Amino acid sequence: MESKVIVITSGKGGVGKTTTTANIGTALAMMGKKVVLLDTDIGLRNLDVVMGLENRIVFDIVDVVNNNCKLQQALTKDKRYEGLYLLPAAQTKEKTAVSPHQMKNLINELKKEFEFILVDCPAGIEQGFRNAIAGADEAVVVATPEISSVRDADRIIGLLEASGFREPKLIINRLRSKMAKRGDMMDIDDILDILSIELLGVVPEDEYIVVSTNRGEPAVTDTVSKAGAAYRRVARRITGQDVEIYTGEETSSLVNRFMKMVKLAR
Amino acid sequence: MALLDILNRIFAKETVNSKDVAKERLRLVLVHDRASVSSDFINALKEDLIKVIREYLEIDEEQLSVNLENEDNSVALIANIPVRGFKKVVNE
Ligand SMILES: Nc1ncnc2c1ncn2[C@@H]1O[C@H](COP(=O)(O)OP(=O)(O)OP(=O)(O)O)[C@@H](O)[C@H]1O
Ligand SMILES: [Mg+2]
Repeated sequence: MESKVIVITSGKGGVGKTTTTANIGTALAMMGKKVVLLDTDIGLRNLDVVMGLENRIVFDIVDVVNNNCKLQQALTKDKRYEGLYLLPAAQTKEKTAVSPHQMKNLINELKKEFEFILVDCPAGIEQGFRNAIAGADEAVVVATPEISSVRDADRIIGLLEASGFREPKLIINRLRSKMAKRGDMMDIDDILDILSIELLGVVPEDEYIVVSTNRGEPAVTDTVSKAGAAYRRVARRITGQDVEIYTGEETSSLVNRFMKMVKLAR
Repeated sequence: MALLDILNRIFAKETVNSKDVAKERLRLVLVHDRASVSSDFINALKEDLIKVIREYLEIDEEQLSVNLENEDNSVALIANIPVRGFKKVVNE
C-alpha cells in the first residue's frame, strides 16, 4: 500500500492547522480511506478535543516512542468513521520529548497500516516543527489573508524547500469574501502572487467552525457549513480528483437555501 | 478616528485599498526576509561582487560591507567598498 504522509503547518499560531487536520482527515475517512491523525503539538494537545475524542485517550505519542505501550494501544479510534484514528500528543511533556528520528520511525510503522497520515504541526519553527516534518513527504501550508500570517507562511515555505519538500501547497483559511471584494482583505490572487505556490484550497471564515469545535464534530460532517464543504473539496483534491477550488463566492442556490431551511426546521 | 480621517474616507475617492497597502508592505518585508533567511545569500553575493570588482579596482576586502536595508518605500542593496587603487585594465 502506497501511503501519503502530509504535514499541516503554518509558522504562525492559531491560523487553523488543527482545524484543517481534523477536517481533511475526517473528510478522507468519509470517502472510505484509512486515515490516522498525528498530533505533534506536544504540551498543547488540541486535536483530541477538536475531534471530540478527548475522553477516549489512554496513551499518547510520547508513550509510544518510549515503549510505554504498543502503537495499537495509543491509536484512538474515531467515534463516527471506520478507519479514522488519532494518535494524540502528550499534554504534560516538553516538545523535545520526541526526536525527529523517532518521529520518522513512528511514521514508518504507521505507513504499514494507513493510506493517509496527517501530521498536525505546532506553531513556530523550532524542534516541534522539525519533528512534524521529519517523516512527511508532502507539506500543506495554512495561511490566513493577513500580513503576519502570509509573511510567516513565506518563511515556512522557505524552510520546507530547504528541507527537501519540492512543492508545498497552500490552504488559505478564514477568507472573508465580502471584505476581499471591497478591498479590505487580501484576496486569493494577492496571496498567490506573493507566495507563488500551488493552491490546494480556500476555506471561508465560518461561524460553524466554532460550533463544530464546541461539539467535537468536524465541520465536514455538516451538510450546510461552507467551511465544511471547502474542506471536503480539499480532501477530494488530495486523493487526486479534479475538483474546482472553492473561490469564496457566495453560493445561494436553491438547494443550498433549502438545506438551510431544513436545518433550521430540525 | 479623527474627524479628518472620517472626512478623508468619505471624500477621497483615490484612497488606496487597505489590502493594496498590505500587499505592498508584504512585498517589501519579504524581500528582506527572504534575503536574510540565510546569511549564505549575502555572503555569496559578497563573494561574487568581490570577484567582479577585483577586475577593475584594488579594494580592501576586509573592510567591505554588503547589506540589504529597508528604506521608506523600498529595499536597497547598500555596499561600502573601500577602494585602494585602480587596476591597469582601465587604461587598456
Ligand atoms: N475557517 C474558520 N472560520 C472560523 N474560525 C476558524 C476557522 N478556522 C479556524 N478557526 C478558529 O481559529 C482558532 C484557531 O484554530 P486552530 O486551533 O485550528 O489553529 P492552529 O493553527 O492549530 O493553532 P495553534 O498554532 O495554536 O496550534 C480556533 O478557535 C478555530 O475555531
Ligand atoms: Mg493546533
